Amino acid sequence: MANVTNNRPLSPHLQIYKMIPTMAMSILHRITGGALYFGTILVAWWLIAAASGPGYYEFVNGIFGSWIGRLVLLGYTWALIHHMLGGLRHFMMDFGYGLEKALSTQLAKAQVAASIVLTILVWIVGYLVR
Amino acid sequence: MNMRTPLKKVRGLGAAREGTEHFWRQRVTAAANVPLFLFFIGFLIKYNGKPFPEVVGALHNPIVATIMGLMVISGIVHMKLGMQMIIEDYIHSEWQKVSLLMLNTFFSFLLGALCLFAVLKIGFAG
Ligand code: HEM
Ligand code: HEM
Repeated sequence: MANVTNNRPLSPHLQIYKMIPTMAMSILHRITGGALYFGTILVAWWLIAAASGPGYYEFVNGIFGSWIGRLVLLGYTWALIHHMLGGLRHFMMDFGYGLEKALSTQLAKAQVAASIVLTILVWIVGYLVR
Repeated sequence: MNMRTPLKKVRGLGAAREGTEHFWRQRVTAAANVPLFLFFIGFLIKYNGKPFPEVVGALHNPIVATIMGLMVISGIVHMKLGMQMIIEDYIHSEWQKVSLLMLNTFFSFLLGALCLFAVLKIGFAG
């Protein structure tokens, strides 16, 4: 049989297309998913610290509470919220809703705005109840 | 010459060597993730910066421990499936793909085991 996998025409890649909001959200969903994948290391670290005893827990808490720790956790919060909203948008589209051009673009833009607002809100409430 | 029917060829021979199972489990775990991770965010809002005894006391509660355990399981399965998709999309050399898929499995199970052990230890012993 002929080698069908060689010399196949390739479809043009990313840089050929004009960046539009829905496309950006598709990429961001994958990027945030990948970031959360490695962010799970932080979740595991925190849980193991809590299971290890007060000394180690306070040590890890200190690292998480440093300014760079907080920055990473802020990023994790945003990635989680953005990815979650993206997932909900995925569900909606899986059921066939929100696929019209204008609406899907609006929803893509709303997703960025909502994820930023919700992230800030979570952190404000988080500081308020401390 | 190939005597297999088109259906036989298609079955189980996608990039993932399987059919809709992967897609479906990704959705089921995604649906489960929504309430579970909302709970997690809520927990962190309440207990961030709190001293050790208070945090462990909260995690010791059977309901909290159970939800945390479910979150770990659903989250780990979901992230493992998701990363598998990314690897299958972008890695084309067969041995690199197989190695990374294996690494993905090991990494996910390792993190899952660490998280579950911690949750159960705190749940049982405090
Ligand atoms: C900048 C442009 C693009 C980006 C960043 C992009 C990104 C992605 C990503 C991340 C996925 C997998 C995740 C998902 O389903 O949401 C995907 C899947 C897919 N994309 Fe694109 N894409 C782009 C353009 C295109 C174009 C122009 C086409 C078709 C001509 C296309 C066809 C597909 C198909 C068919 C799938 C599903 C593949 C599968 O299920 O294995 N994409 N794309
Ligand atoms: C919190 C609720 C979450 C929801 C609703 C959700 C939803 C989804 C959905 C629907 C997909 C499939 C996208 C597609 O088919 O293209 C997906 C992909 C993915 N998710 Fe999640 N997810 C959540 C949390 C997480 C978490 C906590 C992680 C990591 C620890 C994660 C990691 C991933 C990865 C790596 C992918 C693959 C990305 C891709 O193929 O483009 N997700 N998520």
